[in-house]
Amino acid sequence: MENDLQTKVDWVWRETLKIHRSAPETRIASSLSPIEIFVSLFYGKLLTCYPENPRHDDRDRLIISKGHGSISLYPILADLGYFDPKELDRICQKGGILGGIPDPIIPGYETVNGSLGHGLGVSAGVALGLKSRGKDNSVFVLCGDGELHEGACWEAIMFAGHHRLDNMNLLVDNNSIAMLGFTADIVNHDSLVDRLSSFGWDTIEVDGHNIHEVHETISDKKSTRNGKPKAIIARTLKGRGVPGLENQPLSHIINPKPETLDIILGTDHE
Amino acid sequence: MSKPIAMRDALLKEILEAMRQDESIFFVTADFGSPVLDYIRDEFPLRFVNVGVAEQNLINISSGLALEGFKVFSYAIAPFITMRCFEQLRVNLALLSEVRDINVNLIGVGAGYSYVVSGPTHQCYEDITLIRSLPNFKMYSSSDHHIAASFIDNCLEESGPKYLRFDAQVLPELRAAPDKASLVQGFEVLRDGNDGVMISTGYMTHTALQAAEELAFSNNFKVIDLFNLTGFDQSALLKAIDGQPVIFSLEEGFSDRGGVDAIIGSLLKNANISVPFKGIGVKPGYSFELGNRQELHEQVGIGRNTVIAYIKETLKSL
Repeated sequence: MENDLQTKVDWVWRETLKIHRSAPETRIASSLSPIEIFVSLFYGKLLTCYPENPRHDDRDRLIISKGHGSISLYPILADLGYFDPKELDRICQKGGILGGIPDPIIPGYETVNGSLGHGLGVSAGVALGLKSRGKDNSVFVLCGDGELHEGACWEAIMFAGHHRLDNMNLLVDNNSIAMLGFTADIVNHDSLVDRLSSFGWDTIEVDGHNIHEVHETISDKKSTRNGKPKAIIARTLKGRGVPGLENQPLSHIINPKPETLDIILGTDHE
Repeated sequence: MSKPIAMRDALLKEILEAMRQDESIFFVTADFGSPVLDYIRDEFPLRFVNVGVAEQNLINISSGLALEGFKVFSYAIAPFITMRCFEQLRVNLALLSEVRDINVNLIGVGAGYSYVVSGPTHQCYEDITLIRSLPNFKMYSSSDHHIAASFIDNCLEESGPKYLRFDAQVLPELRAAPDKASLVQGFEVLRDGNDGVMISTGYMTHTALQAAEELAFSNNFKVIDLFNLTGFDQSALLKAIDGQPVIFSLEEGFSDRGGVDAIIGSLLKNANISVPFKGIGVKPGYSFELGNRQELHEQVGIGRNTVIAYIKETLKSL
C-alpha cells in the first residue's frame, strides 16, 4: 500500500503544480508541504468519509485551518467524487467553487478557513460535541506552524488537554516558514512536541515527507483513545520539490515562473 | 407586578427549564457566573462547560458545538464577548452561518454603564455598532427581566448567531408581562403621546419614561421600547411613529457611531420621512470619572436631566 500511496503523493504533487500553473493566485509553497498528510487521510483511508454525501453524520471531521495551504486537496477531492473534476479548470474564476482560499461551499470543507488560528478551537468544540453526542468519530485539524503564533490556538490547546479530547488529532504541517521567513527567526516555537506534551497532549514528531511514517503514525494516533488529544508534528518542507521555492524563507509569496513549472511538468515542449 | 430580578437570571431560568426538555442545548461560559447558572452547571455537567477567561475560545468552542447540532448559549461580560473575540464572531459565526446551519446565542452582560465603578474596560458603548456591522447576526436588547426571559423563544427557534444585550444591574420592571404582539414586532409602546416620540433601548427606556413624565406638564411624549434591534417590524414601527412632530432615539452607547441612532436614521431615510430626528447617546470618548450611574450618565450626555434639557431645547428650535 505504501508504494501506492507514494504514487498518489507524486500524482497530487504534479496536479497541484498544474493548478498553480493555471491559477497563480493560489498559494503553492504551503500547499506542497502537507501532501503526505492529505494522501494518508484520503487514499490511506484514515479518514472515514462519504464523498457522495460529504456531511454524512458518520464521517470523521476534517478541519483545514491553514486553508490557503491546502490547494493540494482540490485534486484529491475531485478524484474521489466530492465535486465535478471540471471545477479544477475554473479555479479562482467566476462561477467556480474553488477559490484561492477554500471555503465551505466546497464539498469536503467544513469551516471557513484562511484567517489563521480559528480551526483548532472550532475543532475542539466539534470534538466535545461528538463526545457529548456519544459519537466515536475522530476530528482532524490541519494547522501550520506559523499559525501556532496565534494565541487562540493555545486557548484551544489548553482546553482540549484539560477536557481529554482524545478524539481530536492536530496535524501540524511544520514547514518552519511563515510569510516573512523562518518561524525560528520570527518568534521561535521549536520543541513543539515538548510544548504540546506539557499541555497534556499525546504528541509525536514525524518526517512529513515519509508517506509510510505519516500514514502509520496518524493511523496509530487515531485509534488510540488514552484520554489525551493527539498532535502529530510533521516536519515538512515548504515548496517541496520545486527548485527556487523549496525551503526558501519567502516561499509563501514567491510564485515560480510558468516556464519553470512547464519544465518540471514536462509540458514545456507541448 | 413581580419582584424584579437580574435580566441574566430571568433568561437563565428559562434556559434551565429548556435544558430539562431539550438535550440539544449546551451552555458555555467564559468563567462568568450567576446564582441561576449554579443550578445549570450542577444539573447538567455534561452540557455545561467553562472555557476559562478565554473569549476567543468561548466562541470557537461554541461554533464547533453548534456544527454538531447543539443549540448553544455563550455567556460572558458584554464588552469581552463582543470585542475580545470580534474576528471569531465574524469568521466562525457570521461568515460560517452563511453556509452552515448553526445556532449560537451570545449573552452579553454589562450593557452601557451598568458596571458602574469598574470603569471603561467593563463598560460597553460600542457593542450595538459592532454587532450590527455583522451580517447574519440578530441582536436583542432588553429593558427589564420580562423581555430578557422572552428571548428564550428567539434563541431556541431562530437559527444563526444572536447577541443578547443585558444590563448587569437589576432594573425595575416596565410591564407586568410581555405583550405577545409586541414580542412579534420587536418593540412595545410603553407610553402614548402626540408631541414627539422617544425610541429607546435597554436602560435608556427607563430614562425615556422618566423624561416623558417630567415633560408631561407641557409636552406629551410617546415612548417606544425597542428590543429587537435587527429584526423589528419596520412598517409597524413607522406606523407607531406616524404623525409625530419630532423623533428622538436614546441609547446607552456612543452617539453617531452606527448604533440605535443609525438604525432609526436608516428607517426614516428609507421611508423618505423628513420629520426632525435627533439621536441621543454617549458622547464618544472614554472617562475614568467615578460616580453613580446617573451621575456618569449626566456627564456623557444621556442622564435624565441632560436628556430633558436637550429635548426642551430641540422643541424650541422646531
